[in-house]
Amino acid sequence: MGKCMITNNIRRLRFERDEMTQQQLADKVGVSRQAILSIEKGNYSPSLELAFRIAQVFGVTLEEVFTYEGEPD
Amino acid sequence: MTYQETKNYVSLFSSILIFGAYCLYLFQKYNEEILDSTATLSFWGGSILILILVSIVANIVITIVFIIIYRITTNEEEPAFADELDKLIELKAIKISHYVFLLGFLLAMSSLAMDMPLSVTFILLIFSGFLAQLGNIVTQLYHYRKGV
Repeated sequence: MGKCMITNNIRRLRFERDEMTQQQLADKVGVSRQAILSIEKGNYSPSLELAFRIAQVFGVTLEEVFTYEGEPD
Repeated sequence: MTYQETKNYVSLFSSILIFGAYCLYLFQKYNEEILDSTATLSFWGGSILILILVSIVANIVITIVFIIIYRITTNEEEPAFADELDKLIELKAIKISHYVFLLGFLLAMSSLAMDMPLSVTFILLIFSGFLAQLGNIVTQLYHYRKGV
């Protein structure tokens, strides 16, 4: 299993939205709490569609939620 | 611990319990019966069918009991659907369990090729089915805990 090159600010964004719980975010984007937990910990890179849905819930752009940290070829 | 992890731990425990109990029963039954080659085939054929039936019924009962206990203890409802992470992990787990069963199947066929008793072939098949199931559950647990 390779190191995840995508970091995210979901924890901070949840905190800034009145400490939204993982379950609340999961319900809004239509996945389980396990998926949100794994994404937050950097254990899972979500699909593009799910990434957009998460950004949409927070009302920010995709880049404000996820950052790619890999080196360009 | 999330619902998925807890469910996998329960599945792991129940699979070992059901298979262990069934093996004990089968071992006693096998020792009681003196089998010729035709009777061996029908004995093992029946045993595998009963094992499949017992496993399905026991798993349904255990899952229902688990859902009730989980809801009471955590006040959380079980997810009503499998999301993209669940599906990805399930695919990886199925792949591992297929490899394990294939290996067991090859060993079983090797035992036939080497003129070993028929019982050895069936024991290898039953055990490879069990190990494939364990492989499936352990793979799911690993990915839920460590990521994909």
